[in-house]
Amino acid sequence: MTGVVAGLRLDPYVVPALDGVAYGLLVFVAAAGLVLCFGVAGILNLAHGTLYAIGGYTAAALLDGGWPSLALALAVGVVAATASGALIAGLLTRVAARSHLTQALLTFGVALAGGSLLVGAFGPDDPPVRVPAALDGSVAVAGHRYAAYRLVFIVVAALLAGLLHLVVRRTRAGMLVRAAVDDAEMVAVLGVSPARIRVGVLAAAGALAGAAGVLGAPIIGPGPDTADAVLLLSLVVVVLSGLGSMTGTLLAALVVGQIQTLGVALAPSAAPFLLFAAMAAVLAVRARGLATARRAT
Amino acid sequence: MRQRAVRALRRGVAAVVVAALVLAPWTVDDYTVALLARTLALGLVAVSVALLTGVAGLPTLGQTAPYAAGAYASAVVGSHLSDVGLVHLGVAAAAGAALAAVTVPLVVSARGVVLLMITLAVGELAVAVVGRWRSVTGGTDGLAGVAAARPLWGLPVLATDRARYLYTLVVVAALVGVVLLVLRTRVGLLLRAGRDDEARLRASGHRVPVHVAGVHVAAGAVAGAAGSLLVVAQRYVSPADFGFDTSALLLLGVVIGGTASVGGALVGAVLVVAARDWLFGVLPGQAPLVLGLAFVAAVYLLPDGGRRPPVRGRLLPAVPARRPAPDRPTPTGVRA
Repeated sequence: MTGVVAGLRLDPYVVPALDGVAYGLLVFVAAAGLVLCFGVAGILNLAHGTLYAIGGYTAAALLDGGWPSLALALAVGVVAATASGALIAGLLTRVAARSHLTQALLTFGVALAGGSLLVGAFGPDDPPVRVPAALDGSVAVAGHRYAAYRLVFIVVAALLAGLLHLVVRRTRAGMLVRAAVDDAEMVAVLGVSPARIRVGVLAAAGALAGAAGVLGAPIIGPGPDTADAVLLLSLVVVVLSGLGSMTGTLLAALVVGQIQTLGVALAPSAAPFLLFAAMAAVLAVRARGLATARRAT
Repeated sequence: MRQRAVRALRRGVAAVVVAALVLAPWTVDDYTVALLARTLALGLVAVSVALLTGVAGLPTLGQTAPYAAGAYASAVVGSHLSDVGLVHLGVAAAAGAALAAVTVPLVVSARGVVLLMITLAVGELAVAVVGRWRSVTGGTDGLAGVAAARPLWGLPVLATDRARYLYTLVVVAALVGVVLLVLRTRVGLLLRAGRDDEARLRASGHRVPVHVAGVHVAAGAVAGAAGSLLVVAQRYVSPADFGFDTSALLLLGVVIGGTASVGGALVGAVLVVAARDWLFGVLPGQAPLVLGLAFVAAVYLLPDGGRRPPVRGRLLPAVPARRPAPDRPTPTGVRA
């Protein structure tokens, strides 16, 4: 009896909860790049949202409803965003010794110029995004119709997250990155140039953002406001996650996804404040740990 | 010798700027005067940014949050309670200070990039809240038709753009004067000492967290007062006034003006915002591109500012009485 009642009560929230998972995984893939930049190079890359937007616009321009176009869009979007990430790294190398303020200014300038170029190339409206025809329909999930693309996206994004975990944890490149986080000087003594690691990490962050932009275009679509929105969500996730841990980032992204979908469905009137409240609560609890989590240089 | 020349140059620039600001309403048209009044309000926010970033060494991208709080508080008070500018100023400063006080637990122990990140998130979230809290803020449409204010009880209403500009100028001058005076006292000395060597200041028995909290709340109050000036100047307020680009422009202005100089921040911000408004008129559609390139160019062209970064760089070891440091290194970055 209680099971039935609980089922009835929970039933309307299945779809928002699933949406939240899709949204959260998307934000995770986008935010993971920011965590890498921040963790390794100590760079607050304000152009990160623009890298996502590059992927999104690529998807909108290239997708025509077929699988080959999706593969093409993914390849083009990832390459373009990776190149942009490397460009930012190149720009930053020359001012690497300066303060965080100069880094913030530089990356913001890149974001401003890049956003303007994107709007100039693709127009000021939000372009529509066509998903592959095979995924355009909906499927039944626990008695509800749910967009097939989002289900597939959840699987693909989960795979990406797993892959990222393996790369950071198990490969030599991942070990170098983690070593650079802990002691960049020691890594330099071992004969690996920190500048190269920095460029590599920013390029990898660009690739992640580009992939998120292409795959997530049907969920957070490209538009003039996309870059800011994605940057904000990524920032909130990075701050919530305790600045640095990949597992924490994943958890925080999933929480943010649920807040943005399930939270809005459960408490529409409080929706504007939920994200703020969650961040304030987490920060207040672990403000001290957060501050010591990273020795700012 | 060189220092003396620089000082003389500074005095000269200050005199020219003040003279130009006072004479402006009689030499340019009404539209420009209205723009200038708005720019001055932003300049006051830049002063609060300089107070945190330059003087106290706490870089911030989130001063738009108390600025927005002050502006909306002032607009609401202006439409419902009182039309006296002084009351608006007080309420707005209190609102800005209150918002800053609420965020103190988040910022008090953070430094460097972490602080930039947290303040940026706070500022952006505040703007997001403003955009969605329709019943009070009017959502993205903003609050239009705020009643014209009068500076003090018994004085006439500020009906013209020129009157509003002069009111803004007087308030900005007074508040900047107060900030400069306070910074000449022991308070300013302590803040600068905390910026330059926090560990030593702490070791000599000063309560640095209290200083940090205090300067945050004070900067919030200044930014809130600037919000009130914005509402008086344009009699309209919307979330677009507090976007991400605003905080970045302010930061650029502060950096151009020389981070540690309050007056320089005001001048730098006024220059940057004026350049932006001018660019938007001359190159419609291309302004963000030019502005972005200007940011990049500024980073490369600006002098390095000495060896020490103007930011509280080091984090302190945990308070010794709490617990011994863990023997494995603190997790600093990526780990799966």
